Amino acid sequence: MPLFYDARIRAYLYQAIAVGIVLLIAWVMFSTASANLAKQDIATGFGFLARQAGFVITETAITYEPTDTIGRAILVGIANTVKVSLLAALLGTILGLLVGIGRLSHNPVLSRLMLAYVEALRNVPLLLYLLLWYSLIISAFPPVKQAIEMLPGVFLSNSGLVMPALHWESGFAALVTALIVAVAAATFAARIIGRRRVVTGKDMPVAAIATLAFFLPIAAALLIANISVAWDVPVLGRFRLSGGYHLRPEFVALLLGLTLSVSANVAEIVRAGIQAVSKGQWEAATALGLSRARTLKLVILPQALRIIIPPLTNTYLTVFKNSSLAIAIGYPDLVMVSNTIMNQTGQAIESIAIFMGVYLGLSILISLVMNWYNAKVALRER
Amino acid sequence: MTQIDTLISGSTLTAHREVPPVPKGRWLGAYFGTPGNALITILCLGTIFALAKLAIGWLFIDATFSGTPAECKATSGACWPFLSAKMRYIFFGFYPFEEQWRPLTAMLLFLGACLVSMVPKVWGRTLFIAWIAIFLPTLYVLMAGGFFGLTVVPTAQWGGLPLSFMLSFIGLAFALPLGIALALARASSLPAIRILGVSFIEIVRGVPLISILFMATVMLPLFMPDGITVDKLIRAQVAIILFAAAYIAEIVRGGLQAVPKGQVEAGHSLGLHYWQIMRKIVLPQALKKVIPPLVSLFIGFFQDTTLVTIVGLLDFLDTVRTAMRDPQWQGIAVLEGYVFAAVIYFVFSALMGAYSRFLEQYFRTTHD
Repeated sequence: MPLFYDARIRAYLYQAIAVGIVLLIAWVMFSTASANLAKQDIATGFGFLARQAGFVITETAITYEPTDTIGRAILVGIANTVKVSLLAALLGTILGLLVGIGRLSHNPVLSRLMLAYVEALRNVPLLLYLLLWYSLIISAFPPVKQAIEMLPGVFLSNSGLVMPALHWESGFAALVTALIVAVAAATFAARIIGRRRVVTGKDMPVAAIATLAFFLPIAAALLIANISVAWDVPVLGRFRLSGGYHLRPEFVALLLGLTLSVSANVAEIVRAGIQAVSKGQWEAATALGLSRARTLKLVILPQALRIIIPPLTNTYLTVFKNSSLAIAIGYPDLVMVSNTIMNQTGQAIESIAIFMGVYLGLSILISLVMNWYNAKVALRER
Repeated sequence: MTQIDTLISGSTLTAHREVPPVPKGRWLGAYFGTPGNALITILCLGTIFALAKLAIGWLFIDATFSGTPAECKATSGACWPFLSAKMRYIFFGFYPFEEQWRPLTAMLLFLGACLVSMVPKVWGRTLFIAWIAIFLPTLYVLMAGGFFGLTVVPTAQWGGLPLSFMLSFIGLAFALPLGIALALARASSLPAIRILGVSFIEIVRGVPLISILFMATVMLPLFMPDGITVDKLIRAQVAIILFAAAYIAEIVRGGLQAVPKGQVEAGHSLGLHYWQIMRKIVLPQALKKVIPPLVSLFIGFFQDTTLVTIVGLLDFLDTVRTAMRDPQWQGIAVLEGYVFAAVIYFVFSALMGAYSRFLEQYFRTTHD
């Protein structure tokens, strides 16, 4: 048996065995599944995506009617998932940054309070918090019939906050274009001034010029384009409120729960990142006469950022995946919409495959974006 | 850091670190040293007092301590009778009422065994064998019955806290070897094995746990040959094991990367083959490094087992929810159950967190 003792041949043999086992399992699963599906008379394939959905989705980030296709319903689910996770990541990062800095405060009361905040959030399951916030909202506010009218047209009840909404009749596209141009102009102006300062040493009022660059395109759009808006004011009916913008308790509870959970994680990451910056940096900044706040902003945070980015990427991936807990409180995210479709069509394999594929794809996208950013802020070594 | 560096940074330089310097020695310098600091202190104390007042008011002053649901409805505070009436259901679910001493004993035995196993001094082969040969079979017999005159209790009736413990503990116990195998596969020099390992790890880590649970409960029955049905509890358990294994693999990979390459080369030069090098040289060093993050991960999984609620298993969170939906108490005990469950989860998670920090100290063998 000399052949068997050849290391290279054994390597090929092991790999062939591993791949063979995986393929065998896949084949067995595939053949039993197709036999079972045929027996239970369940259709296969993705043809159901073009069928009419026929169910209502309470919260739609993009327009949707029950007469739309199932594919459109899935898109609505994706949009809802992205909406709530983006908002939670954004708000949670801001809150977490503040909490993380607060934890490092020299004031013992503040640092202990922040520690308690982080521990309270990290040691209790997110799902429990979601259910808690949801039932708190539901039980704290009166039913729709006795909705509180806080301001004219603004109603607060246990089915959420309903307020007047702006209804665009024309000129919406012009304003959006102007907004994009405005942001680009302001960024460009700030960058040019920054570069000029580096080259010539002359300073200019950055904030004022950038603000001007921001508001000019918007003012131009308001003057030129024919923009007309109407207020869509909600009306309190006998059983429900109609019209207006509806902020639902499901969305608020989910956003609150996810934001708080992100903030606790970000706080820990920020704290660890700041503590990892060497003490000599603090001392050097002190020697230059910088105040504690300016030291933090100009010297410590830019360096801490390098340590913070990789775990922060993980936090964003986690909140994106955790948004799937929406199904427990009834916010129509991707998983909940897929679940409805699964119950309606019986095509479990396809539905689950679609939402797993979407999660996987978007996870990879988030990783790519964050890796690109990480490479940008990474220390450039010669 | 050398001794001298430590001395310098520890004594002379830190004296100048505070900006502005906290006026020590003055009245409560750290709290009211500067106007800004005083404002922060007052705001924080105000927050703490407001929260404490709210909590004490709800828990004690406005609360109902005994009585009927109707009496609870009349007051705005906590409804303690709800907890005392529903306590056994919350802890044990639909486990037969007269037999509930069995899950209680099992849980206490399990917690006791865990407590003993947490001491690093008792770690070793004997403990491992004791778990496999004594603890786990005893726990199983207690829960399932069928021996020693204990009546059989099907898994469909298991529920509550013992189920949560079981899902997370068995999940981690089985996921650990699988995770180590995946980490080794990912670090393997054989391309096909590496690709298989990477694909599994990245796919599982890229999707939410809930999707894997859905797969196990809704999709898996379709993949089973006719006539074979797998218990729902076991399906969820397998899903948790697979999910945990991918995360453990990533942690173990970190440990493997931290072992210097010279260790493997030294093993080769001694004439050891791959498995000997891994088992005797690399893994002992790598695993020692990753024990604290593994404990942190375990806290996360203990909390994540609550997700089985969504696929209809009666774990601790689910017994709490269903107890509150009892028609007798519906709309009366809205928060009590959640607050109680939060306290239980908090206590166990915080204890494990403290243990993780203890281990980090324990394993700190470097001299910096």
